[in-house]
Amino acid sequence: MSILVFIEQRDGQLRPVSREAIGEAVRLAAALGGPVVGVCCAAADPGLAALGEAGADQVLFAQHEAFGTYDGAGYAAAVAEAVQRVAPSAVLFSASAMGKDLAPRVAARLGVGLASDCTMVVAEGDRLVATRPVFAGKAFQKVAFPLRPALLSLRPKVFAAAAVQVGRSALVEPIAFAWDASAPRAKVTGMTGAQGGRPDLTESEIVVSGGRGLKGPEHFALVEQLADALGATVGASRAVVDAGWRPHGEQVGQTGQVVSPKLYIAVGISGAIQHLAGMSSSRCIVAINKDPDAPIFKVADYGIVGDLFEILPALTAAVKQLH
Amino acid sequence: MLQVVCIKQVADTETRVKVAADGRTLDPAGVTWILNPYDEFAVEAALRLKEGLATGEVVVVSLGAAGVQTTLRNALAMGADRALHLRNDTPSPDALAVARCLADAIRPLSPGLVWFGKSAVDDDGAQVGAMVAELLGLPCVTVVAKFEHRGATAIVEREIEGGREVIEVALPAVLTTDKGLNEPRYASLKGIMGAKKKSIEERAVELGAPNLEVVSMQLPAPRAAGRIIGEGAAAVPELVRVLREEAKVI
Repeated sequence: MSILVFIEQRDGQLRPVSREAIGEAVRLAAALGGPVVGVCCAAADPGLAALGEAGADQVLFAQHEAFGTYDGAGYAAAVAEAVQRVAPSAVLFSASAMGKDLAPRVAARLGVGLASDCTMVVAEGDRLVATRPVFAGKAFQKVAFPLRPALLSLRPKVFAAAAVQVGRSALVEPIAFAWDASAPRAKVTGMTGAQGGRPDLTESEIVVSGGRGLKGPEHFALVEQLADALGATVGASRAVVDAGWRPHGEQVGQTGQVVSPKLYIAVGISGAIQHLAGMSSSRCIVAINKDPDAPIFKVADYGIVGDLFEILPALTAAVKQLH
Repeated sequence: MLQVVCIKQVADTETRVKVAADGRTLDPAGVTWILNPYDEFAVEAALRLKEGLATGEVVVVSLGAAGVQTTLRNALAMGADRALHLRNDTPSPDALAVARCLADAIRPLSPGLVWFGKSAVDDDGAQVGAMVAELLGLPCVTVVAKFEHRGATAIVEREIEGGREVIEVALPAVLTTDKGLNEPRYASLKGIMGAKKKSIEERAVELGAPNLEVVSMQLPAPRAAGRIIGEGAAAVPELVRVLREEAKVI
């Protein structure tokens, strides 16, 4: 039995999250046996043979001229066909924007269950048990799969890519699938609102989030400057998003993004229960707040009490000196 | 145009989660139940479209035990025309089983649009909307942050990493809504009074054999106590040192 991995590409570039999914597939294949097979939907081969270095043995290439952009229905048809062909024990997706949209469609087509946004997967004998956060991380569920294949989407930045095997290449094979692109569908016509160069919130190694302690949207420049010095992404509390200071895409917490970066810096955020749920699984948490009794200090590894308008510029300057 | 909005009753986001005696589910004691926050955007979007077209009907559908009728009533008070309660007293985290029940209920209504919230803030599954689309054979866009109706199609925007995709979707379609799409209205007093006269049709449903099994639910291990490095800008050099040398994160 193989492990099938959905390989993401956008604009002809393979997305790094897929290397994380392949890494987990390699570990599961060691326990369950069988090869690691990728399936990628694209208009042209984005360099799939190189995924051998990340641990893929074989990659099925579903080529279609309409696959220059994401198409949920078309991709689902191709991935379901790959499942028929290789009969895997498990199918792994990334819990990215694309994977979160695609995985449930494939599950419905195959008539099997899906565990979304998993943070751990364990093979117990020939059975898989996945751990996934619920209530935005206030609790964790362990789920099992009565049917085969088991479908899982993996939270970005939680699973490690496998060690690169330089020069190893994956066998790339085309796969035929039935999909009528002329049927009524959802067609991507363009992109808008691209952020200026900072990594995505859920895929970032470091997040610097600001809250109401910043006293106004104009002071978020202080957060942005620290984020840029660290190569980090900017997050925000619900309070400042609801006040219109920051876009909703930056909100961290139960009605925003749940993040697990290696470093999370909370600036002027008191730490409402919904916010804590969304960031408590970060590896290292730093809190900067003027109130020593703020709940954020209860989850923080390191705290500084004081005026963020003095602390932030000093921290930004100190970080810049490191580089 | 008939529009369907699928809504879910969930525990308030203020809830301090406790695990029930079965070791697998939320202990419902003391929990306040609310309309899933993301579903509010779905209800609002359907109402705005109906008001813009000055015609049509908005049907809200929810699956769950008797208590979900309170939440259906909330949506009726916001302005939905009627409600369908798919009654099942042992609500399941099995998204595919739920999607099958919903798809069976929605199919005969032949809606022009089916709305969902992008996910429910309890299971955080983000699955049911896309599954229903697949089961109904309808085009689908998830995580919609902007919506513009253009007759036989709609132009929508969907949040992805680093920006938004602009998508032209043929109707009928299934859309799941993100925060930012609109500002949901509060039910007016007139709406609340009127909702009492609107009909909630109750229909018993079976969920069938499980596609996913919950083995257990646990609370995360509490984080080890951290420490206050110091006060004010004077503490910055020590913070940078521990982040480099202890935590090794910068």
